[in-house]
Amino acid sequence: MHKILRQTQLSPNVIRLDVEASRIARTRQPGQFVIVRKGEGSERIPLTIADARTDEGSISLVIQAAGKSTRELVALQPGQFIQDMVGPLGRATELIAQGCALCVGGGVGTAVVYPIAQGLHRNGVQVISVIGGRSKPWVIFEPELRRLGEVVVCTDDGSYGRHGFVTDAVKDLLSQRKIDVVYVVGPVPMMRAMAELTRPLKVHTIVSLNPIMVDGTGMCGGCRVSVGNETKFACVDGPEFDGHLVDFDLLSDRLSTYRQIEQQVNARHEEACKIGLNR
Amino acid sequence: MNPRPSLKERIKIERQSMPEQAASDRQRNFKEVNLGFDERLAMLEAQRCIQCKEAKCIAGCPVLVDIPRFINFVAEGNLAAAAHSLLGDNALPAVTGRVCPQETQCEIECVRGRKGAPVAIGYLERFVADWAYQQPNQAPMETAPPTGRKVIVVGSGPAGLTAAGELVRRGHDVTIYEALHKPGGVLVYGIPEFRLPKKIVHDEVERLKQAGVKIECNVVVGKTYTLPELREHFDAVFIANGAGLPVFMNVPGENLKGVYSANEYLTRVNLMEAFAQSDTPVLIGKRVAVLGGGNVAMDAARTAKRLGAEKSMIVYRRGKAEMPARLEEIHHAEQEGIEFEFLVAPVEVVGTPQRWVSGLKCIRMELGEPDASGRRRPVPIKGSEFVIECDVVVVAIGSRANPLLTSTCPELKLNKWGFIEVDDQGMSNLPGIFAGGDIVRGAATVILAMGDGKRAAHAIDDYLKTK
Ligand SMILES: Cc1cc2nc3c(=O)[nH]c(=O)nc-3n(C[C@H](O)[C@H](O)[C@H](O)COP(=O)(O)OP(=O)(O)OC[C@H]3O[C@@H](n4cnc5c(N)ncnc54)[C@H](O)[C@@H]3O)c2cc1C
Ligand SMILES: Cc1cc2nc3c(=O)[nH]c(=O)nc-3n(C[C@H](O)[C@H](O)[C@H](O)COP(=O)(O)OP(=O)(O)OC[C@H]3O[C@@H](n4cnc5c(N)ncnc54)[C@H](O)[C@@H]3O)c2cc1C
Ligand code: FES
Repeated sequence: MHKILRQTQLSPNVIRLDVEASRIARTRQPGQFVIVRKGEGSERIPLTIADARTDEGSISLVIQAAGKSTRELVALQPGQFIQDMVGPLGRATELIAQGCALCVGGGVGTAVVYPIAQGLHRNGVQVISVIGGRSKPWVIFEPELRRLGEVVVCTDDGSYGRHGFVTDAVKDLLSQRKIDVVYVVGPVPMMRAMAELTRPLKVHTIVSLNPIMVDGTGMCGGCRVSVGNETKFACVDGPEFDGHLVDFDLLSDRLSTYRQIEQQVNARHEEACKIGLNR
Repeated sequence: MNPRPSLKERIKIERQSMPEQAASDRQRNFKEVNLGFDERLAMLEAQRCIQCKEAKCIAGCPVLVDIPRFINFVAEGNLAAAAHSLLGDNALPAVTGRVCPQETQCEIECVRGRKGAPVAIGYLERFVADWAYQQPNQAPMETAPPTGRKVIVVGSGPAGLTAAGELVRRGHDVTIYEALHKPGGVLVYGIPEFRLPKKIVHDEVERLKQAGVKIECNVVVGKTYTLPELREHFDAVFIANGAGLPVFMNVPGENLKGVYSANEYLTRVNLMEAFAQSDTPVLIGKRVAVLGGGNVAMDAARTAKRLGAEKSMIVYRRGKAEMPARLEEIHHAEQEGIEFEFLVAPVEVVGTPQRWVSGLKCIRMELGEPDASGRRRPVPIKGSEFVIECDVVVVAIGSRANPLLTSTCPELKLNKWGFIEVDDQGMSNLPGIFAGGDIVRGAATVILAMGDGKRAAHAIDDYLKTK
């Protein structure tokens, strides 16, 4: 049982939960994730460890309400519990030891990029973060990233920072500065676009993949992705891979496996919320 | 009670058949297929045992259960004594009575099988175990005074559970680390409810807990803790993490939507309870093709049918006689309308433009010369390709060693397939680190895993005494 210590709304659909997990807080490394199961009958879902505090033995999860499982998690209040949490899972990020890195985050991906930026900063690497959102209220983790270096904010509607997508900002930065590596976490189309942008420039690009997972230990193979034409299990071989080798079509295709079932579940869940069944 | 019938009368008794749910009913439910003997059937069957002086059946049992002894008590109607005898030899008889391949172990040795049918040893084992678990006020497990020695067991499958029981009995402080959120290993995530009710495993786990075994779920050794860390903090470690790495076919189309490993398919349904409409989804195929011929394949095919598939097929590259599954499972699958395609091998999974599975392209095989295992090797017949129409494919062609744990301890000696090498006591090349079950043998059986657990526990006990 893992107690919720704090719950903070970061954007209209993103919540930060600080959760008791002292063992995981001690050993987690940038890029690693946990799998949580809220209670009996709940799904097991993977979430990145966005931050950790060893003093109070907690980790932070930054969750975007996507469907039933994530909506149930973002509704948790301090003092309530997550029944099961396993981790830290996955390989740690391959961090460079010197030079300049671009950390690109879209939406909730910004929270996933944050521990990477932290690790790079600790290594003495110059960190430039490029983060984006639909409009001002959707931009998250800006103050935290500012502490680690320069931050470029982009909004789709121009309500805050630069008008446009993160790709445009990254394109400019790549032409102006010497960048050694780009870390990208966000929606699949964004990661794909970024990989296409850096490919001709031969800038090493690391993306964090988010396939559907079950156990997170390499036991089921449900999380398989194709990298350099080889099948990999993202939970143990990843979740981060060389963006120039990833088959993004396969990833987004496999992510849609349960879309029809999910839509039905979400409709039922909404109905239950309306009539107050789930309270 | 009636006086014991004479040997002559006993020889005349025919093997009693197992009462079971009708195939037409059970095709659509997840309740246990076999209903179990009642006392009358059990006594009748037990009387068929002629109590051989040199009972061959015992040698056929990997953990050497004194079979004639417990059966004799059943024949006498002394169930308490039968239970005491059986449970002294085997920690999980309610499990093994249901899942052991009796036809190749104890029952194949039974002299009654030479003329007619062997004694139904598995059914009797199950009967006695179920009877014992139903008794109120069961005596708690007797444990020796605490030794102060701390042992870690990695994995809560049959090997881990058996070892933990034997170790706690000897007074050691035992903690099991389990990666998943529920203990039981393959017994809970793999073998379906209709073959092994989860309550049996749950009750056994509770018994161990009452005896003092600590079980911590959600701990992945290799990630949450490394093996070297455990070695530092504990007096001994028993590794029983199974062979959890799915093997795929390595054919085009394997990543289409609708292709599952058996591990994923069965985990979604059993552990995550997709059959009971939990939050975890699973694709319900109309036509499901399952590749393989072992217990895992039978379980997957029968699960598909229960989830609602109109057609559920086993696709196997050898013939019926070569299928490694338990006879009873093959028989039950046939009764439930599972169809079999023998001597065919997959060459490609074909899909729709939206990349959903639409069929399995196969090639027909014929049996050639015997291979290393003594079974005739299947060879493809040129030009015989054909497509089996289906929308879900489940791959159940075996599993290999999962490197997650072993890769964090390079000093640990592995064989060339990645399984842990141990001596006859179950100890690895690293003093204090023992291993058993599927991570040593490769995908094997429940009873062999249990035997390893028991043997390693004894060896750990000896090791701790000398240390
Ligand atoms: C390594 C990793 C790290 C992640 N980190 C975060 C994070 O820090 N914050 C965050 O908000 N999200 C994160 N995700 C995504 C998150 O796990 C999914 O959004 C969540 O599982 C959706 O579940 P749902 O029931 O709420 O939505 P659903 O309605 O079930 O699904 C919405 C979409 O989420 C995806 N999804 C569904 N089930 C799973 C599953 N079991 N595993 C992965 N994806 C699934 C599918 O594409 C689906 O279409 C991460 C995913 C991975 C693989
Ligand atoms: C579907 C199916 C049907 C089967 N049917 C039969 C049958 O009818 N009869 C029969 O005799 N055998 C059968 N078998 C085989 C039998 O189940 C196995 O041989 C047996 O379970 C092996 O036991 P084990 O204790 O070695 O490992 P497992 O039962 O595999 O248990 C290993 C446990 O360790 C955990 N684990 C793994 N890695 C870690 C880690 N790094 N840290 C912590 N925990 C970890 C796993 O989650 C798991 O719970 C079947 C197998 C399957 C998959
Ligand atoms: S989630 Fe099961 S193997 Fe990766």
